[in-house]
Amino acid sequence: MTAIDAPAPVPARQRRGFLARLLGSEYFVLWLTVGYFLVLLPFLPTLGTPANLVNLLSNMWPLLVVAIGQTFVMAVAGIDLSQGAVMALTSTLAAALLATGADPAVLAKAPIWGVLLSERGGLLDGRGGVGLALGLGLAVLAAVAVGLMNGIAVARFRMPPFMVTLVAMMIAGAFAIWLTQSENIRNLPEQFIALGKGDIVSVYFGARTESQLPRREVYPLVTYPAIVAIIVAVLAHWLLERTVFGRQVIAVGANRRAAEISGVPVVRVLILAFALSALFAAIGGLLYAARLEAGRPTLGSGTFLLDVIGATVIGGTSLFGGKARVIWTVFGVAFFVLLSNSLNLMNLSSFHVDMVKGAVILGAALLDVARTRLTRQALP
Amino acid sequence: MSALLTLEGLGKDWFGVPAVEGLTLSIAPGEVLGLIGENGAGKSTLMNMIGGVVPPTRGRMLWEGQPYAPASAADATAEGVAFIHQELNLFGNLSIAENILIDGFPRRMGLIDRRAMARATEALMARLDLDLSPDRPVGTLVAGEKQLVEIAKALHRRARLIIFDEPTTSLTTREIERLFSLIDRLRAEGTAMIYISHILGDVVRVADRVAVLRDGSLVGEGPVDDFPVPRMIHSMIGRELADVFPPRRIAPPDAPPVLEVEGLSAPGVIEDVSLTVREGEVVGLFGLMGAGRSELARILFGLDPAERGRVRLGGQALHGGPRERIAAGMGFVTENRREEGLMMDASVRDNLALAALGQFAAGPLGLVDREKVGAAAQAMQQDLRIKAADLARQPVRSLSGGNQQKVVLGKWLLSRPHLLILDEPTRGVDVGARAEIYAIVNRLAEEGCGVLMISSELDELKGMCDRIAVMRGGEITGERSRAGGYRDADLVALAFGEQAAA
Repeated sequence: MTAIDAPAPVPARQRRGFLARLLGSEYFVLWLTVGYFLVLLPFLPTLGTPANLVNLLSNMWPLLVVAIGQTFVMAVAGIDLSQGAVMALTSTLAAALLATGADPAVLAKAPIWGVLLSERGGLLDGRGGVGLALGLGLAVLAAVAVGLMNGIAVARFRMPPFMVTLVAMMIAGAFAIWLTQSENIRNLPEQFIALGKGDIVSVYFGARTESQLPRREVYPLVTYPAIVAIIVAVLAHWLLERTVFGRQVIAVGANRRAAEISGVPVVRVLILAFALSALFAAIGGLLYAARLEAGRPTLGSGTFLLDVIGATVIGGTSLFGGKARVIWTVFGVAFFVLLSNSLNLMNLSSFHVDMVKGAVILGAALLDVARTRLTRQALP
Repeated sequence: MSALLTLEGLGKDWFGVPAVEGLTLSIAPGEVLGLIGENGAGKSTLMNMIGGVVPPTRGRMLWEGQPYAPASAADATAEGVAFIHQELNLFGNLSIAENILIDGFPRRMGLIDRRAMARATEALMARLDLDLSPDRPVGTLVAGEKQLVEIAKALHRRARLIIFDEPTTSLTTREIERLFSLIDRLRAEGTAMIYISHILGDVVRVADRVAVLRDGSLVGEGPVDDFPVPRMIHSMIGRELADVFPPRRIAPPDAPPVLEVEGLSAPGVIEDVSLTVREGEVVGLFGLMGAGRSELARILFGLDPAERGRVRLGGQALHGGPRERIAAGMGFVTENRREEGLMMDASVRDNLALAALGQFAAGPLGLVDREKVGAAAQAMQQDLRIKAADLARQPVRSLSGGNQQKVVLGKWLLSRPHLLILDEPTRGVDVGARAEIYAIVNRLAEEGCGVLMISSELDELKGMCDRIAVMRGGEITGERSRAGGYRDADLVALAFGEQAAA
């Protein structure tokens, strides 16, 4: 039951050729990403500049964290549409609790004014590291509560995940907006903002001529979001591949009835999968908030969900459950971030960008069908 | 009287194995042919050939003397063949009229002519004495009325041969009487009918002629008067016991009980079931489809609730769902391995390990020891002779039916059960793998595991079991032991509820 070498293809026969083997490869999306980058590079030299590469990475980390959450839900044949709203809720709550001050002209009308937040800052402001941890923890807890409710509705009441999380998206999203009357909460404490930056290892390209390096030519390579995302990815990978819980997640997605008869605690696994999805969305939301230096109640709305689901599916995780790997999602996110970035560099309007992205998701879905068929045919 | 449908040497192979062989039979207009046989005797295959669902491998069919080779179910319908299935093919959300006229609504100026629909439906319903509004949604009707709607549909399509497949299983006595008088009327109108049923008394009541299938061949045929129920039973069964059953040490009668069931009831499903399985004993559960055998198994395994009664395993009362039962030492090989037994796209190894995951895990976080899993899967593969190339990568979907079933068995063997429930363990399994599965079960019993084996095949049960309990209508109607000798007629009579002497 330790499918580290994946539930996927039996080695295709040699005569099936290069294309078939490429399509069937575990690392197909990685090759696709690299290929796309190399093909585009001559036409779009900015793609390969250090500044852009660093930008690509910084775009990747928070999205990766959220998409890993989605991977768990898809692994149990679910979908989580509420991730964006959960991010908004988390970022708003955390900001409200931790802000060092607030402008009454902007926020005095908000229901949290005077309760969680006032002119002198949030409820937990000025209590040092403990306050910060408590604030972030409470916000994450609220997110996990949403995830648990999603999971209970799906597992216990057998409601369709699409409906449940759509409703959760509406309610949690609207609640976050109501909390601040749609205003962003600024004045986040320094330590919080540092979470979005933190150039722990930076690189400088060029000759060392002056003792002082020009600031804008120093590129942060290893940042806090990178560390958080990598830790999350490694833990999630380990959880999904190596633990009993992870194997049960895959089993529930592959065949719920067979899993139940084989003694898998289906209800618990489902609830936990949705809770994990919300947890990872919350972590992603905090990373975004730190980067934006504000708690934003409209975070994760719009086409953000398209990015998350698109990246996860492109990675190779099946919408029908039972087929999911964290490493696939890493590749999917990398491809998706590269795609968005390259489209932006082409100076396309956001409408065009979304249209192309949609087309790429469609293409990925078709490829997935082709891959599945191919691997089935390749069987003895 | 010239025949409506004639079958000449009809045969059908499934993967090289004949399911129907050398069948020659004819049916005349205004005649009701009762078709009987055990489960798997070839009735469904035969009907599917007549209905255009599958083409015959050998032989031919004639329709009024002309060659008849329907390429699809639609072809057969167009020719005038109609099926009344056990599972009715109706749309519950549509009205009676819509269901009857679904393949061609009357239209006026491109729109559906509701009035013409109602008229056509009412005329048909009057013929059937069905006094309902044509606008009633079919979902609101009772079983008997639904069946009449199905028959009305057949009449609307001017069916000349109507095939009834177990039509009375979900009907009340009064509905059955109404169906029979309708069949009589249709016969008088010249409609030919094939009536398939396990309820032999009904066949006697309704059929003019009887045809008996066994192992895909016609083993008896004649006027119904020549076929009293005992002769029907005798014709249906009584094949030689093949040598596929390896000899086995009989369980000592004083072995301690593993499974004790007392007065187990679930309304409408099973009624007051009591049963004991001892260590090392293989107990069979015989009965017809729908007799409550699989339902009993599901309740024993905690998948469905029981209202009354007790289940004990090794002296311990059982509560909770499958998880608790597995922990207590139960295993359950379900009858449909695709839906309930296997993760078809997952690897053989992952499937094997599923029920015993806890065994391979260590530490508070439940880290699975992959080497242990791999070794256990490999040992199980050798033990059960599972033919798979790559345990870690090959999905079970790619295995043959017999090997898939071995994977299901292996999954439960890894959890070291004290009681293993097998529901139709050899369904869709070829003869070779069958013998291997029997050997596995025997070995398991010799190691002290109790086995409860559900099967519709009497030979299998006779060859394997120390005792056979027979179920009918959710109740255990009798139990026979190997020591007392098994008589087919006796067991079948218990299953059919007929008083028949062999």
